[in-house]
Amino acid sequence: MPKIPIDQYSLPSGLQVVLSEDHTAPIVAVNLWYHVGSANERAGRTGFAHLFEHMLFQGSAHVAANEHFELIERAGGTLNGSTWLDRTNYFQTVPSNQLELALWLEADRMGNLLPAMTQQKLDTQRDVVKNERRWTVDNQPYGSWWERLPALAFPPDHPFHHSLMGSMDDLDAASLDDVAEFFATYYTPDNAVLTIAGDFDPVETRAYVERYFGPIPRGAGKPPLRDMSLPPLFGDWRREVVPDDVMLPRLILAFRSPVFGSQGYWAASVCGAILGMRRGSRLQRALVRERQVASDASAFTYDLTKGSDLLVVDVTARPEISAGRLEEEVAREVDLIHTQGVTGAEVARAVALIETSLVTSLQSAGSRADRLSLYTTYFGDPQRINSEIDHYRAVSAADVSNFARERLGPDNRVSLLYVPREDGARPDAVDGKTEVAA
Amino acid sequence: MTTPTLVTDFPQPEPGQPRDYSFPTFGSYQFSNGLRLVVAPVHKLPVVTVLAVIEAGAVSEPVNREGVAQITARALAEGRAGDDAMELADRFELLGASFGARADWEITVASVTTTTGHLADAVALFGEALTAPSFPEREIERLKAERLSDLLQRRMEPRGLADDMFVRALYDAESRYARADEGEAETVSAITRDDVVAFWSERYRPGSVTVVVAGDVTAEDARRLVEAALGSWQGEAPIPAQATDQPARLTRAVHLVHKPDAAQTEIRLGHVGLPRLHPDYFAVTVMNALLGGLFNSRINLNLREAHGYTYGAHSYFDWRRAAGPFLVSTAVASDVTHLAAQEALKELTRFGDAPPEARELALAVDYLDGVFPIRYESTSAIASAIAGMISFGLPEDYYDSYRDNVRAVTPQAVQDAARRHLHPDRLQLLLVGNESEIRGPVEAMEFGPLFRYDDEGRREE
Repeated sequence: MPKIPIDQYSLPSGLQVVLSEDHTAPIVAVNLWYHVGSANERAGRTGFAHLFEHMLFQGSAHVAANEHFELIERAGGTLNGSTWLDRTNYFQTVPSNQLELALWLEADRMGNLLPAMTQQKLDTQRDVVKNERRWTVDNQPYGSWWERLPALAFPPDHPFHHSLMGSMDDLDAASLDDVAEFFATYYTPDNAVLTIAGDFDPVETRAYVERYFGPIPRGAGKPPLRDMSLPPLFGDWRREVVPDDVMLPRLILAFRSPVFGSQGYWAASVCGAILGMRRGSRLQRALVRERQVASDASAFTYDLTKGSDLLVVDVTARPEISAGRLEEEVAREVDLIHTQGVTGAEVARAVALIETSLVTSLQSAGSRADRLSLYTTYFGDPQRINSEIDHYRAVSAADVSNFARERLGPDNRVSLLYVPREDGARPDAVDGKTEVAA
Repeated sequence: MTTPTLVTDFPQPEPGQPRDYSFPTFGSYQFSNGLRLVVAPVHKLPVVTVLAVIEAGAVSEPVNREGVAQITARALAEGRAGDDAMELADRFELLGASFGARADWEITVASVTTTTGHLADAVALFGEALTAPSFPEREIERLKAERLSDLLQRRMEPRGLADDMFVRALYDAESRYARADEGEAETVSAITRDDVVAFWSERYRPGSVTVVVAGDVTAEDARRLVEAALGSWQGEAPIPAQATDQPARLTRAVHLVHKPDAAQTEIRLGHVGLPRLHPDYFAVTVMNALLGGLFNSRINLNLREAHGYTYGAHSYFDWRRAAGPFLVSTAVASDVTHLAAQEALKELTRFGDAPPEARELALAVDYLDGVFPIRYESTSAIASAIAGMISFGLPEDYYDSYRDNVRAVTPQAVQDAARRHLHPDRLQLLLVGNESEIRGPVEAMEFGPLFRYDDEGRREE
């Protein structure tokens, strides 16, 4: 695997810049991460970080509403933005002769957003976001799990507890003053990482970055997040049963696990792949193929970098299989790995699959840029992109078995069990979260 | 809110000189058993995609066995080959490679993406999966049961329910396109192992199979590996199958699927479109980009940005060998269902009134031209593009001339395409939502006769 080339520097304003050249095709990705997400929201303003992301497409001093989309589409580029618990990203891939346009657009909204904000734009985007909420959460079978799982897994005062999409009431309460305050606090160069990956000239590109981003002043600093730290175990198995408009029971079972990028993370990630990645995984083999009690099974880590990560197992029952039976069958497989550990062959299969998927994802300039922004935002170190595979290759069966023994026991579980609703009553909405695109 | 002074004041920059780009070059080879190989060497990262295009789509299924194409595709690697104790799919995974096969309307595509180091083993397994599947009865029964669970789940899933119901409203019941590509409960339940074996014997034949290899490999190595894996496979090409595409009706109608407690209405609005090889393809593609294909298209700007009715609204032509659906798809709050449908109808109806202005036309043309290299960054995207070319019988210079063909579309051609291929008088409006909130205002639109269906999709007379 060839190393991804990286050139990293900062502007005096604190903006971190990562450049990664690749001239195989005349395209370039411009990717900007702001280190702010729903965790930074104040009480009564759930959903604001995501609503704010929508407002960033509503124009700035030199750009009309939706013109960012229009100019990038006219240039032959693709673009979007997304909001997560602790970061918001904005990204476009354009033909390489349009790099300067993309930088100008991102800089104009980092420097000059507020003159373009109006009440009418805010009201329209509020409606768009409410429809996004209905579409992804309220009108989808099992759609509430994105909100219910963090609400169950993080204590009520924890920044990851509340809904990323936000409640309808809080969305209604958001004002232009909130937009101005959020912008001044979080959308500053010293709270951002700019990555440019693909076909560009490094000297010319540094000059563009200096010209367009250089004058934007550093911020006054953001308020610290509340204490994020959590004990390594839940302490018990907290179960929530959710009657919903669904045909088949589905169990979502989560364990606290080491945060993304920490020493124990890779063993946890490999354990997730052994449990639920593809057809040869434990859950697919035992529950879908052999015992045929599940129609689908997967497992994955959330990849959170603060407080605690979550390893999540997600299994949907076959018709005729009761919710209780589903929970028993999943618990049996998890208990087995918790008490007996894993084999070297299972680790080899999981690491080989993860490696192929990492290499495959790095083919696109956009995903290379996004990974580089991620490592720089969270660790200040984009070079981590080049050591990720080595970390996975170093994981042994003993590492995974130790992880399973420490973290997969009945003292470290929360679960949502969706069951077909019988009485026609809709359960009350709860706070929660989801990663969402603009 | 305060009005800050501008911190920067730069005008919009001009683009630089564009750099040339060509679709990856590829070479074709024909083996003595009729199998064709297309190789596109791309040496960016150590990864290769191997894919087979097989004339085994849903349209070639026997009557009353709809779904057998998909079950056959999914069962290819489910068994053991030869004396091996391990199932093929598991052997792929030990290489870090995931094998997948999916039946589309006209073809089945089987593919595997692997790191270069495991390519030789992956191609050998790929050959076993295509030429010597053992189709264990138990696995076939399991795949059937999984499809039946999917069908159950789709009834509760408003988007899937809307998509499934829309094609039924669109096509005459005799057309294969009127039924789900993966089959309905009755026909899937009826499938036996013998049906799967018969379908495979009849349709999986090297005389009509093309293997595409794209990525970090030389043409010579690809040829050697594919010949070893598939060169001794025998079988003449089957007769190509094609669906009929006659519409269910030639006048407007509303199809209301009642879903109690729906938080939103799923809307589908459209009619039968046109076949992929129609000479108006490029004009229609540009026309659709402006109508509802792009974020800044007329329909999305109207429904999302001007009115806030929806998170997104888009239009599509679903390109198939026969005429696939044309549709506008969106989801809106219940109380604005009729208003959103009205606005979409307005955009469709007036599109053909005048040719687009030069600046509007450029939005689509410049996008389709500029985005072309961004579409082919990965080996799987390159291999899939070549598979599409083969499946539709497009010329080998199709991708080399694509951008010129887009650039040649004139405002008049777009207007002509809209007049010829948008049929406001034939539109079918399908709604999945809460009847008590949406029926009255929708009936007041006087769009056409209304047919009502229950939440399991059964029409009520």
